[in-house]
Amino acid sequence: MSKTVHLRPPLTDGDVVQLEIGDKVLVTGVIYTARDAAHKRLMDLLAAGKELPVDFKGQILYYVGPSPAKPGRVIGAAGPTTSYRMDSYTHTMLQLGLKAMIGKGKRAPEVIAAMQQYKAVYLGATGGAGALISQCIKKAEVVAFPELGPEAIHRLEVENLPAIVINDCQGGDLYELGVKEYRRSAETRDNAAECR
Amino acid sequence: MRQIDAKEITRAVKEAAITANFDLGEDMLAAFKRGEKEEESPSGREVFRQLLENAKIAATERVPMCQDCGLAVIFVELGQDVHVTGGDFQQAIQEGVRQGYGEGFLRKSLCHPLTRANTGDNTPAVIHTEIVPGDHLKITIVPKGGGSENMSRVFMLKPAEGLPGIIDRVLATVREAGPNPCPPIIVGVGIGGTFERAGILAKKALLRHVGSVNPEPELAALEKQLLQGVNDLGIGPQGLGGRITALAVHVVMQPCHIASLPVAVNIQCHAARHKEVVL
Ligand code: SF4
Repeated sequence: MSKTVHLRPPLTDGDVVQLEIGDKVLVTGVIYTARDAAHKRLMDLLAAGKELPVDFKGQILYYVGPSPAKPGRVIGAAGPTTSYRMDSYTHTMLQLGLKAMIGKGKRAPEVIAAMQQYKAVYLGATGGAGALISQCIKKAEVVAFPELGPEAIHRLEVENLPAIVINDCQGGDLYELGVKEYRRSAETRDNAAECR
Repeated sequence: MRQIDAKEITRAVKEAAITANFDLGEDMLAAFKRGEKEEESPSGREVFRQLLENAKIAATERVPMCQDCGLAVIFVELGQDVHVTGGDFQQAIQEGVRQGYGEGFLRKSLCHPLTRANTGDNTPAVIHTEIVPGDHLKITIVPKGGGSENMSRVFMLKPAEGLPGIIDRVLATVREAGPNPCPPIIVGVGIGGTFERAGILAKKALLRHVGSVNPEPELAALEKQLLQGVNDLGIGPQGLGGRITALAVHVVMQPCHIASLPVAVNIQCHAARHKEVVL
């Protein structure tokens, strides 16, 4: 049975290992944003032996490039972007102590294995629900790479941002499990129709 | 000869870019409502509920429904009896995109392919122009998100592969895309023409109203078969498993070379934005 869990970063191993695929998560507190361009910059800084603009230990990273805020608003639409584009950077991010990622879409097997190794989770937010999700964001500021525009690293203060556990640190994958449950052949579909 | 001022074109494109991003079509809203009732998976029904709420917030608060406000794909039907005055036709459209994305607080999502430097104003839009009889100018703006565009494919099949080959590629494309293009999706299929024409046909197929029936019986039957096949994949809303992976499959077909069978599969996410204006 899936449960609902409130998460408030910084997260400990204990916060993360209790999570199982299908659990609903509500995130409150400070999280950081990054898309591919910001990840690339972070990797370049690491390669050059320089300090990173954010300490990712225990943190949650939200893969999002928000639309600009209208005057009087905190942020524009802010739904998740597709996560596989970050896969090649994720091992390093987890090594730095990152505990959770919020995005949409499948992760590579290596990334799922790395989540097991470093005790981290991948959370899915509803892709395309950018206007809805933005209502959970109470404060937003750019903390690094402002020249990247929507791709800059933002520090967000969120309240009850909803997500669902897609990959837990036991190697589970909700996408695979969910699809298996509903996949059917033409024959089974026709039988199901007859039974109705 | 009817005269249309370039400034009028700019204004129309600007307004269409903004409203396309704020107001989802009635056909999509109706499809979400049906999904909320008919989806068997509880998490799938919750996704439909969220999408309806998201669309409502976007429309009432005048904010984009999705942060990816898309690359502006623009289909133009230019009547041959229209004379555009007071400026460059293509530039008038680009200027409309620039103003719309600026004034509407829409995300600028275009960049240099290699340096990845943002162009800053969401131009250049991709414009497809057709010259048609008459004295009207029809502009359809389709803000196309990257997530679903990335999952789209073009196949150059051997003619021997025929219909089974086409069905196989459509299903494979949707299966491989899985949760990535923000299902529930719409699948546009372009069959025939050439390599590039198939892609344009597939994109045009996305413009048809969701819930409408293809006027060609042969294609209507194929659409039905493809929709069932796609939904039997079990991907479901957001890929969490469910009965409704696609809300519609639309097929457009035209003759091709005797040696070829081009097939394009353009995937459209649930943020299926398009706005048409006729001048
Ligand atoms: S695929 Fe569509 S709904 Fe999903 S994030 Fe991109 S534009 Fe938005």
